[in-house]
Amino acid sequence: MAKFDTPKLETYLKTPALKMDAMAGDGPFKANSDMQKSLGFPGEKVDNWQQVAIEKMGETISKYRSIPVFLDACVKCGACADKCHYFLGTGDPKNMPVARQDLFRSVYRRHFTFAGKHFPKLVGAKELDEAMLDDWYNYFHQCSECRRCSVFCPYGIDTAEITMAAREVMNVIGVGQKYCNQILGKVKKIGNNLGMPEPALRDTLLDLEEEIEEDTGVAVKLPLDKEGAEILLITPSADFFAEPHIDGLIGYAKVFHQSGASWTLSSYASEGANFGMFIGNYDIMREGALRIRKAALDLGVKRIIVGECGHAWRVAYSFWNTLTGIGDGATDEYALQLQNQLDQRFPQPQHIIEYTYDLIQKGQLTFDKSKNDHRTVTFHDSCNVARGSNMGGVENGQFILPREVIKAACNNFVDMSESTIKASTFCCGGGGGLLADDLLELRVKGALPRMQALKESEEKSGVNTLAALCAICKSQFSKVLPYYDFDPFMVVSVHQLVSEALILDGENPQQEPKTL
Amino acid sequence: MSLMSILFIVFFYLAVSLCLVGVTLKVIQYASTPVPLKIPTAPAPLTKFGVVLRMMREVLLFSSLFRASKWTWLFGWLFHWALVLLFVRHLPYFWPGETPELLRQAEPLKYAAFPLIFGLSGLLARRFFVDRVRYISSPSDYLLLLLLIAIALTGLLMTFASYYPDMGMVYSFSEGLITLNWSELPSEGIFLAHIFMVFVLIAIFPISKMLHAPGVFFSPTLNQVDDARKKRHISSWAIEKEKNGKGG
Repeated sequence: MAKFDTPKLETYLKTPALKMDAMAGDGPFKANSDMQKSLGFPGEKVDNWQQVAIEKMGETISKYRSIPVFLDACVKCGACADKCHYFLGTGDPKNMPVARQDLFRSVYRRHFTFAGKHFPKLVGAKELDEAMLDDWYNYFHQCSECRRCSVFCPYGIDTAEITMAAREVMNVIGVGQKYCNQILGKVKKIGNNLGMPEPALRDTLLDLEEEIEEDTGVAVKLPLDKEGAEILLITPSADFFAEPHIDGLIGYAKVFHQSGASWTLSSYASEGANFGMFIGNYDIMREGALRIRKAALDLGVKRIIVGECGHAWRVAYSFWNTLTGIGDGATDEYALQLQNQLDQRFPQPQHIIEYTYDLIQKGQLTFDKSKNDHRTVTFHDSCNVARGSNMGGVENGQFILPREVIKAACNNFVDMSESTIKASTFCCGGGGGLLADDLLELRVKGALPRMQALKESEEKSGVNTLAALCAICKSQFSKVLPYYDFDPFMVVSVHQLVSEALILDGENPQQEPKTL
Repeated sequence: MSLMSILFIVFFYLAVSLCLVGVTLKVIQYASTPVPLKIPTAPAPLTKFGVVLRMMREVLLFSSLFRASKWTWLFGWLFHWALVLLFVRHLPYFWPGETPELLRQAEPLKYAAFPLIFGLSGLLARRFFVDRVRYISSPSDYLLLLLLIAIALTGLLMTFASYYPDMGMVYSFSEGLITLNWSELPSEGIFLAHIFMVFVLIAIFPISKMLHAPGVFFSPTLNQVDDARKKRHISSWAIEKEKNGKGG
């Protein structure tokens, strides 16, 4: 991989001057023929790719209202231009949301609008030629679909929608990205992004049970495929695999244990993440959701709870009911069965944060906050949670609930600068299918705005812990924090904080627990 | 009637027809295209009433733009509201018969021409001087601003300088366009230039970025209620797919 310079953190976040072609290149590794075919896409770039691409664009325009509305409505006001973390970190003008959209829009104008067909130069309409396709591939894989631009656009134009549409068109002509498509193949075959088979998962969970018992003296269980459990936990597979994710999983297990609920994981649906969204493919996204529906039906659970994963929660909260009829309104046999089976007194699905928050509200969890006294914690709002979902059913609940959970477990909490959190939160730099090693330069540079805000909090308030509730954020931060001279272990799961402060019934008293 | 008058009258109806037909077709296209997924963006309202409030904040106050860039907001918001006021100011010309009292008092609205020009010039200056905005600008983006500025300037000259057209003729020509009782066009060049450019603006509405006006109301990120867990949201084509496809 080419060497690159990590951007320097200044005293405040500066809007860079344009650096033409700063991030020009071939884009991330392409999916090979087998990966493409496993998802039903052509193995190689098809011969008449232009024709196929234009036809696919036409189909997308007729099936997704967001596409024609967003393509027509943009007035090029530039409101979004300095809002993208990849632009702020690289200065490449094609990383301005509007310019990224324009790669797609210029082809749309050429083929689908009167002005673009007859006066292409006047309105910036362009042909989809090899050079344009290269730009598509490169720059639509420099968008993490975080939707920050949509918050500032006067028409709510969401570049994520355009990126998804463009990736879908590219997949259909046989030009797919390795990282996403390989992972989707694994989910399809094995049930999770890691390709971790059932025996390995079972072993991991047993190891964790031992570890918790050693630590606490309490036999906290992490059940797998337990039929008749009340709760099915759907969590990103990273939670089974790596730090700091796994400490979050321990946190969920302790919370379930303490609440007395019976719960289970599923080996068939051992993945909360759904990369089908990243590549803008409705069918693949639905397949992922249907795996979860099947697991819920087979295990006979009453509730489905989703672990800490940003886009998984967006898909679960915003799309599951559409894709699989989890809540109500669906009419197919399995959806009806699920609706009857699930306990409709609870929203379905729920986020683990909602679950823990409810228990805290009811006074069912006791914390020794001093266990976290060595930490000054700040919270990174994950983009998909912040801008694509809700928690608690109250306005802005997705910002309130996680903070309340953290504050219940920690004495020292401070927020980062207001313009970098909540609805205006910056992406970690690795979302949307960009968490690949071959995109490291982009990831490091795209993390700049978040690192800047973190630096300010460190200097002002002594922040030494960065809590997140998304597997991608956690992995990305672990990787890029050292580039900015931070400790990579400062990133933690929200439920790790919960785990460390939660007092379990019958726990070994290591020190005198303080009551709240 | 002079050939010039006939040409302008024909052009007026042509422009208005193009605009109405074009915008109607676009609105039909937007309205009939499914929205397969719930994609409201933050801060997302949880109720329909919340959506109405959000839409009003966006359309009347440009609230997202305000968050994004204070200068663009100032220029853009002044320009749009000035345009609305000046539209009202022009209504008496077209009002058939006796002008209502309220409209006759619209005269002071003519001063909106100044914020209009101020706003438009600011937007144009941004296109020239802010490197990001320059990068994303096409010729049509400049031309549209120049067209609006030229319309504003000709109007300004006719109102505040001594380039008055024959107002009697202006009234009867304009009113005639509405009542189909056509009359002779005033002959002053500046007036002809003013209305010619306005007709061009009307004609290109549906094939230009002015489609943001109907478009904003159809934007799913702004107009959706965030209630995905409560109600099933599904598109016609997805239902079709479920019927034909396999179940769980």
